[in-house]
Amino acid sequence: MLPMLSHRLAGLAGTLFAASLITFFALEVLPGDAAQILLGTEARDDTLAAMRAQLGIDRPMAERYVDWVLGLLTGDLGTSQIYGIPVADMVRDRLAISLPLAGMAFLLTVLIAMPIGILAAAGRGGPADFLAMGFAQIGLAIPNFWFGILLVLLFAVKLGWVSTGGFPGWSDNPFNALGALFLPALALALSEAAILSRVVRGALLETLGEDYIRTARAKGVSSSAVIARHALRNAMIPISTIMGLQFAFLVAGSIVIENVFYLPGLGRLLIQSIFQRDLIVVRDLVLMFAGIVVLVNFAVDLIYNAIDPRARVQR
Amino acid sequence: MNGVVKLLGVAAIGTGLCLGMTAPPAEANEGKRTDIVMGVTLEPPHLDPTAGAAAAIDEIVYANVFEGLTRINESGQVKAGLAERWVIEDDGLTYRFILREGVTFHDGATLEASDVKFSLERAMAEDSVNAQKALFSAIASVDVVDDRTVIIRLSRKEGQFLWNLGWGDAVIVDPASADTNKTNPVGTGPFKLDTWVRGATLTLTENPAYWGTKPALNKVTFQFIKDPAAQVVALLAGDIDAVANINAPEMVARFQADGRFAVDVGTTEGETILSINHRRAPWNDVRVRRAIQHAIDRNAIIAGAMFGFGTPIGSHFAPHSPAYLDLTEQGLYDPEKAKALLAEAGVKSGTKAVIKLPPPTYARRGGEIIAAQLKAVGIELEIVPVEWGQWLAEVFKAPHDFDFTIVSHTEPLDIGIYARDDYYFGYDNPAFKELMKTVEETSNPAERYALYREAQQMLADEAVNGFLFQLAKIGVRRKEISGLWMNAPVQANDLTKVHWE
Repeated sequence: MLPMLSHRLAGLAGTLFAASLITFFALEVLPGDAAQILLGTEARDDTLAAMRAQLGIDRPMAERYVDWVLGLLTGDLGTSQIYGIPVADMVRDRLAISLPLAGMAFLLTVLIAMPIGILAAAGRGGPADFLAMGFAQIGLAIPNFWFGILLVLLFAVKLGWVSTGGFPGWSDNPFNALGALFLPALALALSEAAILSRVVRGALLETLGEDYIRTARAKGVSSSAVIARHALRNAMIPISTIMGLQFAFLVAGSIVIENVFYLPGLGRLLIQSIFQRDLIVVRDLVLMFAGIVVLVNFAVDLIYNAIDPRARVQR
Repeated sequence: MNGVVKLLGVAAIGTGLCLGMTAPPAEANEGKRTDIVMGVTLEPPHLDPTAGAAAAIDEIVYANVFEGLTRINESGQVKAGLAERWVIEDDGLTYRFILREGVTFHDGATLEASDVKFSLERAMAEDSVNAQKALFSAIASVDVVDDRTVIIRLSRKEGQFLWNLGWGDAVIVDPASADTNKTNPVGTGPFKLDTWVRGATLTLTENPAYWGTKPALNKVTFQFIKDPAAQVVALLAGDIDAVANINAPEMVARFQADGRFAVDVGTTEGETILSINHRRAPWNDVRVRRAIQHAIDRNAIIAGAMFGFGTPIGSHFAPHSPAYLDLTEQGLYDPEKAKALLAEAGVKSGTKAVIKLPPPTYARRGGEIIAAQLKAVGIELEIVPVEWGQWLAEVFKAPHDFDFTIVSHTEPLDIGIYARDDYYFGYDNPAFKELMKTVEETSNPAERYALYREAQQMLADEAVNGFLFQLAKIGVRRKEISGLWMNAPVQANDLTKVHWE
């Protein structure tokens, strides 16, 4: 366990270092000048130069890279060039939406996908399988922003139960905040659940064909107990891998849904920062997303270890 | 991708409406509301109008939070602002401004003549980051006479000087708070910043110490909603009360048919043009440019890209201006004539060119239609969508890597861009430059208008760019709201006169 941890931590540091280099220098070659974007077409050249100096983007590239990395090492994410406020504050506010949203969407994904996948595998070829895989097809085919708008039309415009979007903040009433995240989470969960239910079905069917399942059946274990105790546990390895990928995607990849529900999440911040060439924010966010993916993969590995003793021995 | 997303999104709304969905009845309100929730498309990067060009800044702060010596009203006229009156000396170069009494900034500081001197000198300074520094270029000196009197001397005659002072970029700020206005704007306006939840909402509340007539509203919330489909549903559900300029012209009929809403179709200062790169052959040939103007069917573009909203233009001038000259008959749609002109100029059928399209709807949708129209006369356009940063870097700045682009020039009265050296479309005509110089030195309105008409004629004769249409401003509001601007002579959401019926 310990060697694996230190191995993983070294991997995390290496990944982040590589990501810092790539994100810094890749963004340097991006066409576009933050000063010009801020000042528009009427700005004179001397004004642009003054703005570049004010934003600190006229300094040499290497100097800015070292400043940035040194800042990160001391826990300073820097100041947004465009907004003029600390990046850490912006990221904190956005995480307060994006993480709960991802968490809720992930929970809904699992709650929808697991039963559907299990039912489909248990009744392979039967009507339950047909219905479940029909759901998966539809879920994959419907774009999530479209589904989101349909949800808004029904629950916000017609029934008036929730507002069409926006976020009231956690300080007033946490239930309102959770309510504001429910529809976007559901919109996000639909296609993710469609993917996951197919994975669950496939993984279960594979393990159901194994010898030990036949043995369990032969010794008289009931069909539901076979699935719950033997098959599902073994099928969890591919399933948890996909779940890990899905969670990482949900944290960073909900830009479209954030736009539909006008939620101030991380995805929108990232896109806006790219358009404004607020490069320090883009770099901090890319690095953070890289860190999140590495951490989620690490968590998935820990889960492997917990559910499969063989994984422990092999390491 | 984005365009598809938007179209499908709007289609989804259409579907929902066809299913017969209706909104719940609006809450009965006791008495009149004194707050408003405005949906706005773009969030400002910061709130200092003297350090950024973003229209989104002025859309929040102009007239609401910050004020200048003069101000521009809904119909584009110059009115008194913080200067109660002014006297122009006979030489036309010396302006004496008398400030209003009892004006205070939001932090309690009193407005003094020295603040005016500070604000203007700051905007003109060498290290100024004012996006419209040219507005102040005629100023030679700013002198304080007493607490309420300022004398501005110009180095040359500037017919539009009072108008220039009414821009958001020329607002008066306090030296003590000038550097922090980006995040904590301190102005003299009837509203002050309450909270700004970045990415979500910005709230203004009334300034109890305001010097002038108090607005009927005491709280204004701007809700940032980028997606037009989301703006539409937010209006339908009553989560926002009005959108000053909705980006979904296809949904206007829906609001017009709904008794709860009123739609105001007004004008903007945005001349939407197909810009042609004069630095490249064969576009430097006037016959080719005339051919392009004849190949373009303006009405098809307005109908197809803007659902009929927009006024055709035949030169670079706003149709609502008193100096406007209607030249739309001059370059009428005539593909046969276009083909003949192209043949005469030796442009072969199948000539390839690149059109770079920035993000706005008018450009992306309009570009598709123009590509089809030019194809019909033998010019094949490769469509390259770009975002603004890229557009500024590749098209607007040297080396001006484009053949065509579509852009709306939203600065008021900006025909002068055709007189600039090295402007992005590269038009270079000494006669036009001379004409613009004369305009600048002329202050008699009738003479100015005549000169402007001459200038419009010159641009149309030379078919400098493909002149398409004047961008419309489509406002949707709860019908009980009145006092919102119908037109947008400057990009602003002046809420000082807004009230609920």
